[in-house]
Amino acid sequence: MKLFKLRGGVHPQGWKELASEREIRILPLPERLFVPLQQHVGAPAQPLVRVGEHVLKGQLIAASQGFISAAVHSPTSGRISAIGDYAAAHPSGLTAPTVTIASDGDDRWLDTDVPADPFLLTPEDIAARVGKAGIVGLGGATFPSAVKLNLSRKNNVHTLIINGGECEPYITCDDRLMREHASNIIEGVRLIRHAVGAVNVMVGIEENKPAALFAMQTAAAGTEVKVIAVPAMYPMGWDKQMIRALTGREVPADGRSADIGVLVHNVATAFAVRDAVRFGRPLVSRLVTVSGGAVAEPGNLMVPVGTLVETLFGYCGGFSSKPARLVLGGPMMGMELSTINVPVVKGTSGVLALTKGEIGREQASPCIRCSSCIRACPVGLLPLQMAAHIRAGDSAGAVSQGLKDCIACGCCSFVCPSHIPLVHYFNFAKGELMEQERGKLKQEATKKLADERIARIQRIEQERQAAAAKRKAAREARELAAKAGTV
Amino acid sequence: MITAIASLTILGAILGLILGVAARVFRVEGNALVAELTDILPGSQCGQCGFPGCSGAAQALAEGHAPVTLCPPGGRAVALALAAKLGVEADVSGVQDARPMIAEVREELCIGCTRCFKVCPTDAIMGAAQQIHSVFREACTACGKCEAVCPTESITLQPVQLTLHAWYWHKPVTQTTIAA
Repeated sequence: MKLFKLRGGVHPQGWKELASEREIRILPLPERLFVPLQQHVGAPAQPLVRVGEHVLKGQLIAASQGFISAAVHSPTSGRISAIGDYAAAHPSGLTAPTVTIASDGDDRWLDTDVPADPFLLTPEDIAARVGKAGIVGLGGATFPSAVKLNLSRKNNVHTLIINGGECEPYITCDDRLMREHASNIIEGVRLIRHAVGAVNVMVGIEENKPAALFAMQTAAAGTEVKVIAVPAMYPMGWDKQMIRALTGREVPADGRSADIGVLVHNVATAFAVRDAVRFGRPLVSRLVTVSGGAVAEPGNLMVPVGTLVETLFGYCGGFSSKPARLVLGGPMMGMELSTINVPVVKGTSGVLALTKGEIGREQASPCIRCSSCIRACPVGLLPLQMAAHIRAGDSAGAVSQGLKDCIACGCCSFVCPSHIPLVHYFNFAKGELMEQERGKLKQEATKKLADERIARIQRIEQERQAAAAKRKAAREARELAAKAGTV
Repeated sequence: MITAIASLTILGAILGLILGVAARVFRVEGNALVAELTDILPGSQCGQCGFPGCSGAAQALAEGHAPVTLCPPGGRAVALALAAKLGVEADVSGVQDARPMIAEVREELCIGCTRCFKVCPTDAIMGAAQQIHSVFREACTACGKCEAVCPTESITLQPVQLTLHAWYWHKPVTQTTIAA
C-alpha cells in the first residue's frame, strides 16, 4: 500500500533489543496494591467501597462520574485496607486519592457476564461494556475508550486505525503483545469495528518490528483488517502522525480525528476490549516493559494495576548499577520519577532505570537559530520562536505561534545542538496558561456571587423599608381611628 | 445669494436634527470606559486598593487618579489587561502574583459569631449563630475581610495546598550568557 509523506520526526536510538526478545512473564501477585482513583483523562472516579470490606477481582471499587471519566476495578481479591492519599506516579511527587487493597492470595474473579457471541451485540451494548470495564487508551493518553466509541459512532467514522507504532525507545510491550496475542488483538479490533461501523480497518506497525508484523498479518489473514508496515520514526505512534501516514489526511488544529472520520485505538486497547466484551473482564492489569541500562534483567511483565514500581524492578533482578534517572513511560515523553514507591496505573507502558551514559545532561547554551527544531517538529511549529517568547514571559505570544498544538513529543529538544530544554519551556507555558484560565473562571464565578450578594442585600433592604412603611401606615391609621373615637 | 443662504440654512437644520436625534438614540449613561474597566477587575469588592469597591477603582482608573497596578488580588494579569485597555505602559515588574491563599477556619477557635459570614463579599462562608463556620474553597477570593473581623483569630488566610491537578513544570532557569 502506498504510504503518505510525513512531516518532521527524529530517529533516536531504539534500545528495544534490551527487552524485545523477552517473553511476557506474569508478575507474582503482590501483597498490597495501590489503586489510584484517577488513572484517566477527565473526572476522578467516585469510590464505592469502605475500609475493611472484602472485594473480588474485577469488582467495581470506584464508579465513573461525569461524561468523561472511567470506572476503576479491584485488580485482585482481598480486603480494602485504606482509602486515602498515596504517592502518585507523577514528577511532582504529590499524592493522589488511592484505594489500598491487601490481597488474600486467592485472586478470585467476580462472576462475569459472558455473551454467547460478542459479534451479535449491538454497537451501543459493546460501547457500554467497554465503559463498564473501565477501559482507557493504553497508548498513554488514557482517554476513556467508551467515550471515543460513542463519539465515533455519532460522527459516522469510516476508518478505524489501530496504532501499533510504539515509537518510544526502550518500550516493547505492544511489540510483545502483538507477537504473542495477535489473534486476540485482531478479535478486539473487529469488535471495535463492529461498535463504530467503520468500513476500512488498518493496523499500522513500525517496520522495525518484523516479528510483530508477521504475527499480526498471519492473524488478520482472511479478515477485513489490513496490517500495514509504516516507517520506523519517532513520533510514529502519535495518532495524528499515524493517520497522516495511512490516509494522507491531516486532523485540523483543535480538532479530533473523528472530525475527518477516523478513529484511532492502540493495540493494547484492542486487546483489553476483547477481554471486556468476550469475557466481561474489566481492565485490571496491563503489560509493562521494565528496561534501561541499569536493570539487571529487562523484560515485559503482565502486572496488576496498583503494583509498586519498586516490585517490578525487584522482580527483574534489581539494579545492576546505580540508576541515574528513573522514568515512567518512554524516554522521550515519559515522566521522571523521584521515588519508586509509586503504583503502576492503566497508562503505564514502561518503567525505565537509565544509567548516566544513557541520559544527556549537557548545559544549555544560547540558541544559534539553526532551525533544526523546525525541521524536526512533526506538527510544523517554530519551537525556537515559541521558546523565545516564553523565556521573555510572553506566553500569549507563544500561543499565537501555535503553542496549543504542541504535543510535547520532545523532537525539538532531542535535536537541539544547544541542548535548550524546549519542551520544558512549552510544558511550563501550558501549565501557566491553564492556571490563568482556571483563575479567570474562578474570577467570573466569584464576580457573579458578589453581584448576587449585592442584589440580595438591596432586596432585603427594600423589603425592610416596605414593611416599615406598611407598619407606619397601619399605626397612623390606628392613631387616626383612636383620635376619631375620642372626639 | 438668497438660494445659497436658504440651502445652507436648510442643510444646517437637517444636520442639526440628525445630531439631535442621534444624541438621544445613542445616549450613553455614565462613562462607558468605567463599565469596561469594572469588567476587567475581579469584582469581589474587597477594597484592598483603597477605593470603595471595584466600580470605585474603575472610576479612579478612568480619571487617571490610580495606577493600573492597584489591584492586589488581580496580580499581573489584571494589571496588564487594564494597561491594554487604557493604552498606557504598565510597569508590572513590581507586581508580584500573590501566592494563592484561601481562608480557613480553625474549628477549635470558632465561636460561631457570624461576623465573617456577614462581611464575606462572595458568600463563601457557611455558618449560623453558635455553629462552627466553614469556607467554600471555590468561592473564596482571599480578600481577607473575614480575617479582619474575626474576634478569636479562628479564620485566617492560608496558602492553597498544591494539588496534582494544579501542578505544572517550573520555568526553565535562564542560561547565563557565555559571550566571553
